[in-house]
Amino acid sequence: MKRVILRALLGAVLLALSTASFAAIDTYAFETAAEEARYKALIDELRCPKCLNTNLSGSDSPISADLRRTVATMVQAGKGDEEIREYLLARYGDFILYRPRVMPATYVLWFGPALLFLLALAFMARLVLRQRRAEAPAPLSPEEQAALARLSQAVGENSKA
Amino acid sequence: MIPELGHFALILALMLAVLLAVVPMAGVVRRDLTLQHSAGALSAGLFVFLLLSYACLTQAFLQDDFSVAYVANNSNALLPWYYKVSAVWGAHEGSFLLWTLIMGGWTLAVALRSEALPTAMLARVLSVMGALTVGFILFLLMTSNPFERVLPVAAVEGADLNPQLQDFGLIVHPPMLYTGYVGFSVAFAFAIAALLSGRLDAAWARWSRPWTNLAWAFLSVGIALGSWWAYYELGWGGWWFWDAVENASFMPWLVGTALIHSLAVTEKRGVFKSWTVLLAIAAFSLSLLGAFIVRSGVLTSVHAFAVDPERGMFILVFLLLVVGSALALYALRAPVMRAEARYEGLSREVMLLANNIVLVVSTAAVLLGTLYPLVYESLTGGGKISVGPPYFNAVFVPLMVLLLLMMAPAPLARWKRTGAAQLMSSLSKVALASVALGLALPLVITGALELWPVLSVMLGTWITLALLVDALERVRNKQGLSAKLRGLKNLGAGYGGMVLAHLGVAVTALGIALTTTYSTERDVRLAPGESVTLGPRTYLFEGVAPLEGPNYVADQGTVRVFQNGQPIAVLHPEKRRYLARQMVMTEADIDPGFFRDLYVALGEPLGEGAWALRVHDKPFVRWVWFGGVLMMFGGLMAAFDRRYRRLKLRDQAALAGALAS
Amino acid sequence: MSRTSLFLPLGLFLLMAFMLWRGFALNDPHELPSALLNQPLPDFQKTRLADGAPVARQDLLGTPFLLNVWATWCPTCKAEHAELNRIAARYAVPLVGVNYKDDGPAARAWLARYGDPYRLSVVDEDGSLGIELGVYGAPETFIVDGDGIIRYKRVGAVDRRVWEEEIRPVLQNLGLPLEEPPA
Repeated sequence: MKRVILRALLGAVLLALSTASFAAIDTYAFETAAEEARYKALIDELRCPKCLNTNLSGSDSPISADLRRTVATMVQAGKGDEEIREYLLARYGDFILYRPRVMPATYVLWFGPALLFLLALAFMARLVLRQRRAEAPAPLSPEEQAALARLSQAVGENSKA
Repeated sequence: MIPELGHFALILALMLAVLLAVVPMAGVVRRDLTLQHSAGALSAGLFVFLLLSYACLTQAFLQDDFSVAYVANNSNALLPWYYKVSAVWGAHEGSFLLWTLIMGGWTLAVALRSEALPTAMLARVLSVMGALTVGFILFLLMTSNPFERVLPVAAVEGADLNPQLQDFGLIVHPPMLYTGYVGFSVAFAFAIAALLSGRLDAAWARWSRPWTNLAWAFLSVGIALGSWWAYYELGWGGWWFWDAVENASFMPWLVGTALIHSLAVTEKRGVFKSWTVLLAIAAFSLSLLGAFIVRSGVLTSVHAFAVDPERGMFILVFLLLVVGSALALYALRAPVMRAEARYEGLSREVMLLANNIVLVVSTAAVLLGTLYPLVYESLTGGGKISVGPPYFNAVFVPLMVLLLLMMAPAPLARWKRTGAAQLMSSLSKVALASVALGLALPLVITGALELWPVLSVMLGTWITLALLVDALERVRNKQGLSAKLRGLKNLGAGYGGMVLAHLGVAVTALGIALTTTYSTERDVRLAPGESVTLGPRTYLFEGVAPLEGPNYVADQGTVRVFQNGQPIAVLHPEKRRYLARQMVMTEADIDPGFFRDLYVALGEPLGEGAWALRVHDKPFVRWVWFGGVLMMFGGLMAAFDRRYRRLKLRDQAALAGALAS
Repeated sequence: MSRTSLFLPLGLFLLMAFMLWRGFALNDPHELPSALLNQPLPDFQKTRLADGAPVARQDLLGTPFLLNVWATWCPTCKAEHAELNRIAARYAVPLVGVNYKDDGPAARAWLARYGDPYRLSVVDEDGSLGIELGVYGAPETFIVDGDGIIRYKRVGAVDRRVWEEEIRPVLQNLGLPLEEPPA
């Protein structure tokens, strides 16, 4: 009873200060280190639905505490990572996943950078190859050569690099 | 009285900015030297009035003038004076006044340190900067006036600075960051001036370089400071979250890095001119985009300032005008003709082009990820999606590995053409040593081989040893140690800066890889007298005692750390309640070290004197920011290379004579 | 490098600016659309607030109803409560409450003091029903049709405008006759 009131009060305070995002420290016990690692990885990848861009592990809001408890319980019950993600996806939508699913609406997101990189590489290759095939520049006229000599002398006295 | 003075000074600054934007440019069009020369005095005047305005706002804070709304919302009589001074930039209006002041500062600096520039060019550059300042001041006066009064009833007490901001980080991070952000306006102004004048040559690149290096240096350290601050302030041991506001500062940095390298190519070889101009426009555009992201509320972030669509719309319109016209000017006036200089496939030009490609694609990926929630919502008619660290790490890390890989051969590569055999011979031993160290060090120290530590040690060694080999080869012909050292010194500050900055990148990369792999943490319930072991150390919890601070009350815990039975640290994590806002904050305590951080935070009291505690062991985390500091010094050093200093007068005359004939 | 290709950066920038401009028109980034739209109301085994009697999903089926998540610690719930009272009094639409992460006696006292528009309130002390519903705060309001399918979700308070413009049309589409009782 007292615990509920305490939690309710804490919830009220925390609700009021939704800008604060500081670590909430739960003490769940897991059977194996691998399970604990899975739990930690999951709560890092899941988003607090209420906060201003924080993951479950970094958020102190009551809903995050509830969701962490849900994840912990599911991990302890032997559920797989994908199953846990789908469970939360079904209830909170794509918003709750920090790793966006690969689906037609996110093809540009996931494949865009690689595509851009390949295009840029192709462009660079074309640039370099085109240089090889280009003709040498036309030779300078005598006046141009004299001007070049004067300039080179003046500039040569100044530049160090 | 003082707030009104500040307000008035801002209006005067606006008028001067308008004059600066118009008069020197008119002088260029009409070939009127007097009008062109006015740019210097106008810049000085502009800065003076911006400084005056800023000083008035600071004074309002120091005097606890709660009749000023901004002061009432962000300060408190109990606030220590140094936080009152920094609270000036603690929220939107004041921080933007700081941004504008810094803009005035850069403008003045350019006006003062550009004797080598032709008058017309300087006039154009300063006019562009003046025009940008007009926009900033208009934004302040029209939508974000920090001097607005709360009248007739002034607040009796201020609402207090957000407790998360009452910290050293606030004192250093924003000023450094803004100096970097705004500093890219100089390169931008030079690019616009070059496009306007039609003079897009190697000289332009030479003039731009020191300013770009300086801005980059400040932005590097600004980002590092922000990351460090988040790490010790937020209490969960993280230092980068790919949050929209973090990305907003990172994107100009990435493009700025590409710009620095591209400017080197344009200055040395006269190639990539259009591309460099485009990068210069892009870097500052990303700074403006950053301001938009932080202050408009369009993207969610813990870090965003108070959300106001009206302000956001103003910035968007400003962004459209500035960047749109800059890119239009670029499209119309950038040279289409290919430069004459040629280069081979294996040359420094091509390596730097590859550098640019990697950096620009990274920027595009970060931009895409940051804005994608908006795109998705439009595509699906209201669907919400989150793009977070898993995405950004997945696309960014491979590109960075590529970049790190190229950082060894690039400084060794020669301009125009490098012999493949020669490059291979220089680097083959380095490659062997890197692979060997990469495998040996992690194995010996931790007894296991994990991918990222091995890879990062390999790459870090690869870069560092290559720099060493390069330096040695450059002084190969000198005999004796002192001659060699003198030879190194003669390579110039530009070279030294490059070495420092590249080392900084290697150090940061190492820090990131090692801390990500080897950090460990435990969340435990401890009663006084109980302890927990993490790695080679034991953490003994001694209980919690009440504590009173200047504007808060706290529960302070005591944790003693032992290693091999010896006490090595005492940590005091706190749970504070700030009185004015009734906000509860966790203050972690850290035992910092060059090779590891020990990090303890208090959770909730669990009854009977027991508390929830989180303990982190974070190896090499300081390297992440130390690398950033190295980068800053590298950038500063390169900016002060003597070839950028003013040409002596006789040389100037000789040059002018040669050019005229 | 042709002149036209130099216009590419400008084009890309305008596209991005358009996206940003759209960002203003889009909804509050915190209003998550319900992942449960057109999905069945999740099953549950809970108790009633008034008397502790068991209540499950099938007890609620039959006619469309409003499901309102509320709590005593939620100030916005108090603000919207007058509107809920008004709706319950004037229209023939049942309201079912979910007392979310709250304290029983305090909740009953709260209803006694501010009015009870609900046919019944389901006690969700640990928030597990909330998670099933994709709730992340209070107040939230759902429209559930006669077959137990969720048709609408509102995050935040229900006020007169929300009732008239959003909730009422959905209820009418579901065929619920919303006669106003005689004055």
